Parts: sequence; C-alpha cells; structure tokens
Amino acid sequence: MARVILRRFFKHKLAGIAIAVLALLVLASAFAFTTPYSPTDQEPTNSFQKTSMDHWFGTDELGRDVFTRILYGGRVSLTVGLFSTFLSIALGVLVGALSGYFGGWVDSVLMRITDAFLTFPTIFVLIILGAFLREQQVPWLKNSVLIVIIIIAALSWMWPARLVRGLFLVLREREFVTASRALGGNSSRIIIQHILPNCIGPILVSGTLQMASAIITESGLSYLGFGVQPPTPTWGSILATAQNQVFRAPWIAFYPGLMIFITVMAINYIGDGLRDAFDPYVVHTE
Amino acid sequence: MLTYAVRRILQTIPILFIISVLLFFLVRSAPGGPLTSARRNPNVTKEQIEAIEEKLGLNDPLPVQYGRWIGDMFKGDLGESIKFHRPVNDMIAERIPNTLTLVGASFLLTLIVAIPIGMFSARKPYSLFDYVMTTITFIGQSIPVYWLGLGLIVIFYVTLKNPFTGIPFFPVGGMNTRGKEGELLDTLWHLVLPVTALSLGWIAWYSRFLRSSMMDVLHEDYVRTAKAKGASFNVVYYKHALQNAILPLVTLIALDLPSLFAGALFVETIFSWPGMGRLFWDAAKGRDYPILLGVVMITAVLIIFCNILADLAYGWLDPRVKYE
Repeated sequence: MARVILRRFFKHKLAGIAIAVLALLVLASAFAFTTPYSPTDQEPTNSFQKTSMDHWFGTDELGRDVFTRILYGGRVSLTVGLFSTFLSIALGVLVGALSGYFGGWVDSVLMRITDAFLTFPTIFVLIILGAFLREQQVPWLKNSVLIVIIIIAALSWMWPARLVRGLFLVLREREFVTASRALGGNSSRIIIQHILPNCIGPILVSGTLQMASAIITESGLSYLGFGVQPPTPTWGSILATAQNQVFRAPWIAFYPGLMIFITVMAINYIGDGLRDAFDPYVVHTE
Repeated sequence: MLTYAVRRILQTIPILFIISVLLFFLVRSAPGGPLTSARRNPNVTKEQIEAIEEKLGLNDPLPVQYGRWIGDMFKGDLGESIKFHRPVNDMIAERIPNTLTLVGASFLLTLIVAIPIGMFSARKPYSLFDYVMTTITFIGQSIPVYWLGLGLIVIFYVTLKNPFTGIPFFPVGGMNTRGKEGELLDTLWHLVLPVTALSLGWIAWYSRFLRSSMMDVLHEDYVRTAKAKGASFNVVYYKHALQNAILPLVTLIALDLPSLFAGALFVETIFSWPGMGRLFWDAAKGRDYPILLGVVMITAVLIIFCNILADLAYGWLDPRVKYE
C-alpha cells in the first residue's frame, strides 16, 4: 500500500521536485554553522554591502551577513512549522475523532468550541498572546520559539478537527466498523485501529496546508515584532529590518521573503502530490 | 428566519464572553503594564503614579476590574486609551471606515478578477489558459502578503519613478497626500498598492476554488438534464452551472473573514493605512490594553455578524436550505 502511494506521489513531478527543494532547505539550515560568519555578531563598519563573493546576499545595517542569517532563520521557520503542525494536527484529530465518532452532546459541545475558535480574529489574538505571554512570570515562557509554536497550534487545530469529524461521520457507518463492533471491539480500538488509518491521506494533506500557513504566520508575527525575538534571526524579523532600510538597501527585503515563498510553495506542491497519491480517482495522463 | 437569526446572535454571547475573559486576564496579569515608562521617568513621583493607578482602578482585584470593564462594554463604552487619554470608542470609530474601505475594495477586486478566471479555467480544463492560471494562482497563494506589500513598495515607490517629474508612480503611506484630505481621486490613488497586495492571494484562492466547484457541478444530474432538454452550452454553463457553483463561495467567504482582516492588518502596517489593524499594532507595541481589547472585541463582533449574514444570504440564495 505504502509503495503504491509513494509511486503515485512521485508521478506528480512537481511534488518530487518540491521534496528535493525542501530537503535542500532543511540541510542548508542544519549546516548553517559552516558559513564563515556569525548570525548575530555585529560589524558596523561592514554594513550595507551589496551582493559579492564574500557576502552572497550582502550585509544588513549592522554588518551581519544576510545569507548566514537567512540560513539560521530557516531553522526557526522550519522548526515552528513542523512542531506547531504536529501539535495542531494531534489536537484536531483528537477533537474531530471524538466529535465524529460519538456524536450527540460530545459533538455539540466540541463543535461549539471549534466554531468559537473559528470566529476568533486570529492574528489579533496571536499578537496579544505573543506580546503578553512573554511577560508573564513563568520561566519556560521566556523561550519565544516555544511560545510561537504553542500559540500557532492553539489557534489552528480547528481545520483538521472539522475535517476529521467529517471523515469519522462517514466512516463510522461503514460495514467494517459494524463488523468490528459485532466482534466485540471497543470504541478506542475502533477509532484508533480501524477508522483512523482510513483518514491518513486527508490528514496528511491538511498537515501540509497547516504547515504552510504556520510558516507564513510565524514569519508574519516575527515581522510585526511579536514572534521570535531578536537577536535570534528569523525570516520575518530580517524582513522587518529590511523594511526600515528599504531606501538604502532595497535588496535585503528580497531574500527572506523569497525563502518564505519557496518553502511555502514547496510544501503546497507536496500537498498537491499527496492529494493525487491518495485519491484513487486521479488518473495520470502522461 | 428571524428566530433563527436571533438564536444565532444569542449563541455568540458565550463565545464573546470566553474570548473576553481569556484576553482580559492574560493582558492584565502581565507584569510591567502600561505605566512602565512613567515609572522609569525620573520626573514622575511615586505619589503621582499611585494616583494614576488609583484613578484607573489598576489596584482592584482582577475580577473586579473585569466586571467593571465588561459592564462598561455592555453600555457601549470600551474605556480610555492609556497613552492618548481618548475614548477607545472614538479612536476605533475613526478607523473602522478606513479598514472597511480597504477590505471592501480588495474584496470587490477579488470577485471581479477571480470569478472570470475560475469560470474560464473550468470551461476548458487542462487547456493552456487553465495551466497558466493554475500555475499563477499556485504562486499567488504562496506569496506572503507582507513580502508582496514590501515588494510593491520597492518596485513602484523606491525604484520606478515618473521619468519627467521624478515622483514615484504610486504613493505609499496614509490615505491622502498632505493638503488633499478627503479627495476621492487621491484616496483611490493611495488605494492601488495596498489593495493589490491584499487581493492577490485571495484572487488565487477563490479562482482555484471556483474552478473545482464548477467542475464538480458540471457532473451533476441537473446539468445533464438541462443539456438533454436541448439547452445550449452557454445557457447550461452560465445559468445552471455557474449559479450553483458560486453558492459554496458564500460560506467560504464567511469562513475566510478573519483571515481577510489579518491580511488587512499586515497591509495597514506596511502602508501606514490608518485603519484598525494599524491602530492595533501601535497599541500592541505600547501595551495600550484598552485599545487592544476594544479592537479584538469589535472585530470579533464584526466577524460573527458577517457570519450570520452569510448564513442568511445562503438560505436566501439556496431555497433548499430551511432554518428551524
């Protein structure tokens, strides 16, 4: 089964390319320490260098190498993207599975809460959380990367929850579920071993959507100054400093945004490939 | 239908209550607070600070403060800005029309562009036009709005200038050129770049959605029936199919409203557009919490209101839907 899915996935050529691009990004940010520069050490005499062999993407207003900073920024973006997606999918699957399988008042309560979160003006709440959580007197909240992961997950689990609920509503009526129940399977066994494996495809696809939007949200928050805090470089904060220097060094604004764009695009194409791979009705015409 | 609307409105009250409690306690339990800068100022005595705290009621227990705030809110009073000493009501009321202008214009542009793209893509799927549009919309969906906004500024303000006068092609910052306040044409001129930045992603998203919705509808029985009765392709396509394909768009738009406001916040920040998003961002930097809470509550109410409106519109457009 897995082999069939993989073969179908790589038939989608762009998805294959996207996997390669994403792998390259992960490797590049993992090996960011191999560049000869520090992402944070300032060297003011060397500010606003244009692109050269020494500084591939030039230097910023404090003389830091933009290329190095972007590689380190990639660590933050990819980490936040991955972990907040895991968290939000886990929460969403839990809520959706309980809601869809049991129905009744469980469903009503959980879906009311989900709807409440969906009407949240998310970005405003994210900014407030980003600004004020860090100031609480709790030591582990001082880690701004962790805060960003948690708050993004806390405000994005609703989409997977609704998706999984919908799938469960359909699947729980199928014969194999009735069969399992007739054989004495209890609810947790039916949910985990029988229904959930049938939802993997759509969950993976929605995971890619979540990850793309988490990366855009993280960068946006950091861009506004309420995400990951300096001196840790992130694509969003590099973009924010670039905006202040837009007249002196407009080229700086180009690179961090391009990285966000490439990453999001790659993830979206992977999602597209997964959708085709799991959809038995897609016929490849080539 | 009226009872349905009333029930929906009543259902939103617990939601708003939970939002308000969470945010209020989070914001008010943070140390530092709005008087931090006053405390650091050597010209402000300790007695003066205590007097201000007393006057603002910052010394009362939090539940008391919450009770007072929510009570005032029910009376339609969002409190007073700590930094500007002005009623939050007035400050938000000034900004709402500007945000609605920006969001409304972007929305209009989105529909005007996205519906034809989706329609023609679905009409000849896998044609050259469809491939080009699918690629463009894929790109459009992946561009973060803040980068697009910044890029537009770099291209049309910093780099490209009118060769005769040396003036940038499009203005950036604010709604009007100084001295031309309230002139419609000038405001429209200032709207071009922000609206472009805000719309592109939405055009991509809605045209893709309409394309797939259209292709689903074309397989429906009533389309086959219409064809069998001898209706011409154009009638089937533009009358029967399009009408039904656009229907789910109404629900989608309602669900997307929070994101539309989020996009507006970024665009307002980048282009210094004096809307609610910009007000909120400035207030967040200054920890001016009455403004923060006020904007969140107003936006939440606005979004819930639009959701109900969309539900009712859906029922009006689709006679199969019945409200109980």
